[in-house]
This record gives sequence, C-alpha cells and structure tokens, in this order.
Amino acid sequence: MKQNLAKAAPQIQPRSNKPWSSVIRNQWQVQLMVLPAIVFLILFAYVPMWGVLSAFQEYNIYKGFWASPWVGLDQFRAFFEADEFWLVMRNTFVISLLKLFIGFPAPIVLALMFNEIRNRFFKRLSQTLTYLPHFMSWAIIGGFAASLFAVDNGSVNILLQKLGLIHEPVNWLSTPHYFWGILVSTNIWKEIGFNSIIYLAAITGIDPHLYEAAAMDGASRFKQIYRITLPCIMPVISVFLILAVGNIMNAGFEDILVLTNNGNNGILLDVADVIDTYVLRTGIGGQRYSYAAAAGLFKSLVNVVLLLLANGMVRRMGKESLW
Amino acid sequence: MKLSFSDRALSVFSYIAVAALSFLTLYPFWNSIVISFNTGSDTMLGGLTFWPRHWTLENYEIILKNKSMYQAVLISVLRTAIGTALAIFLTSLFAYGLSKKFLAGRKFYFIVAIITMYFSGGLIPTFLWFRELHLYDSFWVLVLPGMVNVYYMLIFRTFFSELPDGLEESAKIDGCTDFGIFFRIVLHVSGPILATISLFTAVGLWNEWFTASIYINNQSLLPLQTYLINAMNSSLFYEQMTSALNSEAMKQMSQQTITAKALQMSTLVIATMPIIMVYPFVQKYFVKGVLVGSIKG
Repeated sequence: MKQNLAKAAPQIQPRSNKPWSSVIRNQWQVQLMVLPAIVFLILFAYVPMWGVLSAFQEYNIYKGFWASPWVGLDQFRAFFEADEFWLVMRNTFVISLLKLFIGFPAPIVLALMFNEIRNRFFKRLSQTLTYLPHFMSWAIIGGFAASLFAVDNGSVNILLQKLGLIHEPVNWLSTPHYFWGILVSTNIWKEIGFNSIIYLAAITGIDPHLYEAAAMDGASRFKQIYRITLPCIMPVISVFLILAVGNIMNAGFEDILVLTNNGNNGILLDVADVIDTYVLRTGIGGQRYSYAAAAGLFKSLVNVVLLLLANGMVRRMGKESLW
Repeated sequence: MKLSFSDRALSVFSYIAVAALSFLTLYPFWNSIVISFNTGSDTMLGGLTFWPRHWTLENYEIILKNKSMYQAVLISVLRTAIGTALAIFLTSLFAYGLSKKFLAGRKFYFIVAIITMYFSGGLIPTFLWFRELHLYDSFWVLVLPGMVNVYYMLIFRTFFSELPDGLEESAKIDGCTDFGIFFRIVLHVSGPILATISLFTAVGLWNEWFTASIYINNQSLLPLQTYLINAMNSSLFYEQMTSALNSEAMKQMSQQTITAKALQMSTLVIATMPIIMVYPFVQKYFVKGVLVGSIKG
C-alpha cells in the first residue's frame, strides 16, 4: 500500500486552474467514467461511515436517523458496564493472540519447507492442494468441520478410537473446552497454503550467491535458513506482523459463526462470543442498534490505536514499517 | 556434493510434513464426496473414510428433486454473473479514468477511493442504511454493495497506466472519443487482466454467504452458500427435503436409507463443485494476483 501511494504521488499534477467550463468541455467523458464509481462509493461506503454517528443516539427504527434522540456517550458506557463486556474482550484477545502466535508463523514455516523440496512435481502438486481451501467459503469449511468432528461417526472420532486415544466418541463441536483449538486449527487449515505464497516469493527473491557462499563455508541448511533466509524475508514478515497486530480486535467472524451454528450454539457462547459476533447478536438479533454500533466503533478505535503502536514499535526497532 | 545428516533430515522432514499437510487438506473434500455417494443408513454404521461402501445416487436424486435447491443455485448464478459484469464495468472504467493524468480532481477521487480500503461504517450503520435504501429482502443487496473494489481498481490502474501512449494517441487523432478508446482499444488489449479480476470477483461473489444471512428473509432469494449454512444448521432440513418427494416409493426409500447427514453432504458437494472445477484454471492467476497486489502495492 505504502509503495502504491508513494508511486502515485509524483504522477499527480499540480492543481490546474482551468475554469470549470473548459474542464467540462474537454474532459466530460473521463469525468463521466469516474462518476459512477464515486457515486457507488458514497452510497455504499461513505454514508455508512457517517452513519457511525448513530452510536451516539438511541436509534429508533421507526423514527430513522434524523429523528432519533442523541444520547452522547451513554451507549459506550452501557457497553463497558455490561456483564458480558469482559468476557467478550477476553474471548476477542485470546482468540486473536492464539491466531497470531500459532496462525501467523505457520505459513512461514510452510514456505521454508516448500523451499526445501526439490522435486518439482511434488512441490507443484502439494502447493495446488494446500492453496485450495482458501477459495472455499466458510460455509463449506463449516460443513466439513460439522462432518469430520461429528459425534456420530465423524472421522476424527473414528481415528482417535482406532488409535485407542479415546474410548467414547467426543462431542468436539459442542464442548467449550475444545472450541479455541478447533477454531484456530480450521483457520490454519484454510489459509496456511495460500498465505505461504507471499513468503515463498520473498524467499525465491533472495540472491543465490548468499547460499553458495554459506555452503562453501560449510553452513548446514538449518544454519542457512536461520542466518540467510529468515533475515532476508524479515521485512515482509514485519509488514504482515504489523497488519496482523492492527487486526487484533478482529478475532474472527465468519469462522466463529459457522462453528457455532450461526451463533445459536448457546453452550459455546462463553468461549466464542467476540466483539464482532456480539455486535451481530445485540444489534441485528436484539435490535439494540445504537448500542451495537457503539461496541463496533469502540472496536475500530482500538484497532487504529494498536496499528499505530505496532508500527511505531517496528520502526523503533529499525525495521520496515508501513509508513 | 554429499549432504550432511542434518541436511538430509531436514529435507526428509519437509517432504513428510508437506505430504501430511496435503493429505489433511484433501481429506475433508474426499470424505464429504464419499459420504454423499454412500447410502445414509450405511454411513450411520460408522467407519466410513476413504471409499463408499454402499454406492448410491439417491442422496443427489432427492436433493435435485427439490425446488428450493434449484432456486438457490439460480440465485447464486445470477448474483455471480450480474455482479461480476457490473463490478468489472464500474471498476475498470473508474481505473481508466483515474489513469488519465489530465483528469481534473484526480487526487481527490483517488483519496476518496483509498479511504474506503481502511475505514468502513461497520455492520450496524451499514445495516440501518441498507434498510433505508430498501435493500432488505431484495436481490440487489447481494450484488450492489461490493461493486467498486478499490483493490482491484488499483491493479487495473497500474495495468492501464503501463499501456503505451501511442496506442491511444493514434486513435485520438483519428477522432475517437475517450469512451471509444476505452471500449474499442483499451479493453481489447486488457484480456488477461480482465479475466483475472473477473475470476477474483466471481469467486468472491459465489462464496459470500453472510450478506444474505442478515438481509434476506425470503427463502427463495437465498444464494447457495447461505442455503448450505441453513441446511447444515437446521434440524428441519431433512423433513423439508423428504416431504417434497411426491412418489410413495421415494418416500419409503427415504425413510429406510436417507439420513440428514447424507443430504447435507450432497448439498455441500454441490456448493463446492463450481469452485473445484474452475480452480485448476484460476490458480495461477490467483497466485499472480497476490504477488501483484503485495509487491506493486
């Protein structure tokens, strides 16, 4: 993104002082090309942004935005004082941090392993296979999970029983204890292959002379990975790490919904309710629109602060930063 | 050069780990297909993993006799087709306009677009606004909201600004208008990028299920993916499916052998198939797309 903005900047011409009439006469066609998209952006992106103000109202669906009363920060106060607040915050952070600590390094490790594979056919086949789940919707992944983890003859239970690890089939998807593990592993399962692409590309871009020199000095492959590969792809890793930290409050949404029966599995609520699902449940389900909008806005604000902090920290360490 | 023990161990470990991951990736797809082609009553006996034991097509027969399933497929197809066409039209036109340096207000338009990549109104304000736009329970809510994708616009713009100037200048001298140049010349030489972004958009539209789950109440407007979610979660799915059967023979058969799980898995496989079928063709484009997006920004 940063590169893009930087690249775009020099192309921008100094503001022309041509009168409007000549602009309209000479370039109405190009203006007309841009217009529909701008109208769409205003209608579908900017009006909702402005609608965030309903977080400061007591929105009434019959009165609409203009006639609903303003209540200042009351909705935020109600959210912070709600019984569920700390539970929701805990779930959001725990799930996010699990995804960060386990889900973030996983594709890097996979890219390193792909890089060790010399057999071209095997490499291409395994890449093709592992990229596939990325193109599947969570609706489908949820279906897989429901089938594989099923109590009755789900493959996971079959396997574990055959191995003698469990005696009775376990109800994996309705036991709060297993929820975080299943959530994080399905996420990794879905995205590990696809996310490895970017790291693999970075690894491919490393100057082969570095490896030749290291091999000449007798460095083992392990040492080469540790001393050459990882330091060389560090800039890419830090950019993605910053982005991931800026996303900490987005613990998950679709993945959680499909693994909790679209949010209807009450047994899992204590471990599965994160800010986004809470917003959905209270806002759309409970029709407490302003309250949910306040919770959502709170989430976005924390995200922005975290992104700034993460970027500042990486910059202080002298590594690549977003801006 | 002889490999040291640790080097060989690393290599062997990588092969084994990658093979295991590939297997784990493939298995859920495979197992779902196996279950969908196995009689439900037999699946209930347990132990079904790699091969169907009682091969049957009856699960699909029942699913495909159901009108609601066709309706869902139809909605998904319409959504994907109309949505992709409209999105490509709007986004490429926008990108082409922005690639013209003489465009007055270019910087302003650009910033207006970029801001939407980082900020959004969030679920509730968007929901309230779409209700006021009368998009609730309307087919168009499935199509319109994502039509201008700024990320794809940037990819288009980069491509258009790298086209040789001479191409357009000569057309202009011949008296071609800007629209004429775009539709007759620029789109003509943009085949690969149009194909790539169309595939991106189409897969995204086909897969999207959440919008319908909150905006669509009318069952006959549900796209396939949302239909699938409901099928997986609803305990009534089995009754809905089998009650639509009109012949007595089918009804009896269904009572004996068909299970909810078998029907769910058949629905799942049908929802998966289109992506699996286009996947071999789109894979390289997607991989390229990721790299274009992240390296060029």
